[in-house]
Amino acid sequence: MTQAVAVREPAQDAAGRRFERIQQLVEEYGASRSALIPILQKAQEEYRYLPEEILTFIATALDLPPSTVFGVATFYAQFSLEPVGKYVIKVCDGTACHVRKNQALISSLRSRLGLKEGQKTTPDMRYTLEIVSCIGACALAPAVVINDRVYGQMTADKMKAVLDEIERVEAAAAGDGKEEQ
Amino acid sequence: MTPTVIIDGTPVPVNGHRNLLELIRSSGVELPTFCYCSDLSVYGACRMCVVEVEGRGLQTACSTPPEDGMVVRTTTEATQRIRKMALELLLANHQGQCQTCDRNMRCRLQALADRLGVRRVRFEAPADRETQLDEGVALVRDPAKCILCGDCVRMCSEVQGIGVLDFAGRGSNVRVTPAFGRSIDEVECVYCGQCAAICPTGAITVRSAIDEVWKAIHDPARTVVVQIAPAVRAALAQHYGIAGGEHALGKTVTALRRIGFDRVFDTSFAADLTTVEEGAEFLRRRASGGPLPMFTSCCPAWVKYAEQFQPDLLGQLSTCRSPQQMFGALARKHLPADMGILPEDLYVVSVMPCSAKKFEAARPEFAQDGRPDVDAVLTTQELIRMIDQAGLKPAELPAGALDLPFGFKTGAGVLFGASGGVAEAVLRLLSGGRGRVEFREVRGLNGLKEAELEQDGRPVRVGVVSGFGNARALLEEIRAGLKSFDLVEVMACPGGCVGGAGQPWPADTGMRRERAEMLYDCDAVQPLHNAADNPFVSDCLERIGGSDRHAAHSLLHTGYRPRRRIDGQVIELDEKPPAARVPVSVCIGTNCYLRGSYDTLKRLMEAARREGLEEAFDFQATFCFENCKASPNVRVGEEIHGGVTPEEADEFFRSRLLPLADGRSCAAARE
Repeated sequence: MTQAVAVREPAQDAAGRRFERIQQLVEEYGASRSALIPILQKAQEEYRYLPEEILTFIATALDLPPSTVFGVATFYAQFSLEPVGKYVIKVCDGTACHVRKNQALISSLRSRLGLKEGQKTTPDMRYTLEIVSCIGACALAPAVVINDRVYGQMTADKMKAVLDEIERVEAAAAGDGKEEQ
Repeated sequence: MTPTVIIDGTPVPVNGHRNLLELIRSSGVELPTFCYCSDLSVYGACRMCVVEVEGRGLQTACSTPPEDGMVVRTTTEATQRIRKMALELLLANHQGQCQTCDRNMRCRLQALADRLGVRRVRFEAPADRETQLDEGVALVRDPAKCILCGDCVRMCSEVQGIGVLDFAGRGSNVRVTPAFGRSIDEVECVYCGQCAAICPTGAITVRSAIDEVWKAIHDPARTVVVQIAPAVRAALAQHYGIAGGEHALGKTVTALRRIGFDRVFDTSFAADLTTVEEGAEFLRRRASGGPLPMFTSCCPAWVKYAEQFQPDLLGQLSTCRSPQQMFGALARKHLPADMGILPEDLYVVSVMPCSAKKFEAARPEFAQDGRPDVDAVLTTQELIRMIDQAGLKPAELPAGALDLPFGFKTGAGVLFGASGGVAEAVLRLLSGGRGRVEFREVRGLNGLKEAELEQDGRPVRVGVVSGFGNARALLEEIRAGLKSFDLVEVMACPGGCVGGAGQPWPADTGMRRERAEMLYDCDAVQPLHNAADNPFVSDCLERIGGSDRHAAHSLLHTGYRPRRRIDGQVIELDEKPPAARVPVSVCIGTNCYLRGSYDTLKRLMEAARREGLEEAFDFQATFCFENCKASPNVRVGEEIHGGVTPEEADEFFRSRLLPLADGRSCAAARE
């Protein structure tokens, strides 16, 4: 059983292109206070996280204190101020998922990814593991979201299959890259 | 019928009160609160002011507007239980030992715990509480003592319009912090310290210099002199219950001598000197066509604010050093010879109502060969503590006289301590009057005051602002051409120095007003009222240079430079640039950004792409090269180039960057 995994593909562009999009976002949404959250959301799509200097730039462009932008960015769980992996695996820890034994899933994921206690992202920047509050898919408990795709009724075995598939896709991509060279 | 609220069974007319909390307090019930301050927006977070409103249940009084016929009970089983519980939770979260805290006996959390009779805290402290002290040059943050009332956050953003501090994180991780968890010295803080003045606990305090000063006093090799700022005497009078600021100062002089200070001087003398220098500077500018308005430069928080947020106005700031720094420079120049001591043995102390003066004294331009002109700055509170430590009671001491020559002032010099005082001193000077001419328009606690004076047949229009929120609004009006002034006085703290962060608590509106009134009384009892009449000022100017304006200028004046708001941040625009590339950084700080630096950057990168030279340059976007006058700025290697507007970008690329792109120049850049 294989399942396609939706992969966000930033970081393909030069850093200059990504920064250019931030300025485009400011122009598109307007330099007003109320545009802050949508701009942060889109900025995170570009960078996969919110680098400090990008937050300062957004603060400058919107004429807000950097402390306010930092405050908003740290308030919402959807924003990350640290670099995250190419595949962000969110394991739901809402009540329904918890009682359906997501803990076993989490510990098997940790050992498979080699993540130590307190570590969220693999050193090769491929995976980030997050434990999140209820994602509202209780009927599918235990639920996992990888990038933007939801996986329901997950077991350790099913998880293994998904990760194997990701690894296969990545290996193939790396192989293509070599052939091109 | 006037609208009336029934409070604990008694009808109380609403009388225009904005919320139940103020109405209840007006009825004689001292409802507790941490997060309600009449000068700030309503926050409703601390839950201390809960009351029972019939038909509505428990409500926070601060956020409930009074309505006719409301029936309110302030002390019920439920309100008592909730207040006590909330306080218990705050105490569990607040880590600090009262006995060793700067705010011991002056802490509102401590006082309320005592008043409500909390005798036991049933909850454990959270294990992961941030406990790292952030010790800045003027302010110290102790996050472990923060109760998240948000008073400092709202003070900094609403009154001062800056927003250095904000809440970060969420739930149990929430904290009050400068951006990115930086330290206070790495961000745009101007050190006005109003956050510390409003903090109910010891979470933000003014950095103490008491230990350094005692050490100097105990060192037999040192000769320790002290200057006392105008606003300090009013707070001393209040604190010690002595009638009159000058009388309180006299008694404090005796205390200072007994502590071991060798000479006691008055910063008001230096304020007179400032008035004379600033008046002359104003007349020169007026005669030579500007730039006007001229802005005062006595307030160190305003100077830093202008350097960070108004760099285009720096040429309009008076070049006069503040009275503290004029005194420091004069003391270093004359006192060693006058007192027969070695220059290095002279230790100069200031007593200031202010936290920003600590930052000012540490500015490198006010040091010679690494030794600051002013060695240590004490606040009024610190002075009171030293007097307490010495076991002295100024109220019971005889009044002493200040030392000459820097102890003699006119009434004008004392006015500096109140908002409008610098303007009034300069107005008196310009009016040329001998007696006590009062300019009532510039007195009082209004955020913006205006006055006009006829001088040589032309009007001198004077504006006075205190608080940076007011200052920013006024500057916007001036820029938009809605208001026009010749002279503008700016003070960081509402009401001026009398409300500075170094003054004793509370620094509420009533206290500020009382202190300002006291300073006007001090003026009234002086024999002279115009700085130009101070004979010691004329002597001093004669002595430091006579007709040689240059000598006086280098000693009494200073310069300003644009200053970045946040330390060291770079946006890399190339992935892993090889070292051989020529680094090209374009400033995207506020000033450069507003003048199109983003488009400059884009055009430079496009030009490189067009020429097939993307590999030759390492483009970066960075914040503030502190060269705002010339914005937009581009740094190539170590050299900063100003005026690179988007229109100039192509030419700049051709003339400055292209020559660096050939092989030899690249190698040279590498070396």
